[in-house]
Amino acid sequence: MSLVARHLEDSGIPTIVVGSALDIIEHVGVPRYLHTDFPLGNPLGTPFDREMQRQHVDMALDLLNEACQANTVCRSPFSWQGDPGWRDDYSRVTDANRAALAAAGEARRAKQIVMKKTNPKQQIPMP
Amino acid sequence: MMSPYDVPYMERTRLYYEAQGYTIPYQWAHHDYTPFSKLTKPLPQLRVGLVTTAMPDTEQGRAERKLYSTPSRPVPDSMFTLGLSWHDTVTHTRDVGSFLPIEALLAIESEGGIGSLAPHFQSVPTAYSQRQTIEEDAPVILSHMKKDEVDVAILVPL
Repeated sequence: MSLVARHLEDSGIPTIVVGSALDIIEHVGVPRYLHTDFPLGNPLGTPFDREMQRQHVDMALDLLNEACQANTVCRSPFSWQGDPGWRDDYSRVTDANRAALAAAGEARRAKQIVMKKTNPKQQIPMP
Repeated sequence: MMSPYDVPYMERTRLYYEAQGYTIPYQWAHHDYTPFSKLTKPLPQLRVGLVTTAMPDTEQGRAERKLYSTPSRPVPDSMFTLGLSWHDTVTHTRDVGSFLPIEALLAIESEGGIGSLAPHFQSVPTAYSQRQTIEEDAPVILSHMKKDEVDVAILVPL
């Protein structure tokens, strides 16, 4: 997504990315970024919390309007009110899931081989 | 409870796929230069385009992850997010407004905060291939946005 933002910006369309993966987006580099510190999946806020979602869109528009240089990053003041252990939970490799992950990798590679044969143009999701 | 910290997604991803038997870690693009374009008009005069990594919740969208240009109205009740790396053990994507701000932007449009929401929003697949994104997908999204006379874009990856 960051690469698309860069392409649009380079073509004269100002952009803002709203997301929750700060390290990835800063690594790639985008013109403007609003960081919402939530689990991946709800970058605009808690599901069904229309007020919070609206405030994030307002923040995005403000940043779009006010940023005056590339790589401008703003952090939302909101925090996730759900499971407090979510940061530790995401894609964590432990002894409990190590064998299952190895098996899933084997299955994924087998599926990718079939996908390439049956539909070479189908895009493989990035890890 | 741990104190808040920024989740190291790149490291987590590397370790996760290493555990799945992938020996070459994914290399995210990295740039020393970032382009920047200034707004040419006030927001109330601008048309806003939207880009999401979610696919349309249609038979085709569920079957094939690729570029889609979808009418912004009516606001979709659901989007297809299966297969994307969102945090499914702690949240869900049943509320489109939590990742695709069509409803919020239509409200802002009606209040005069933006000129208009573009008639279509764009779905882009998160492809492993950066070449695919840069050379094929991004130019197509740009052409859709030009056709819709988009002035500024909000991109919201899940």
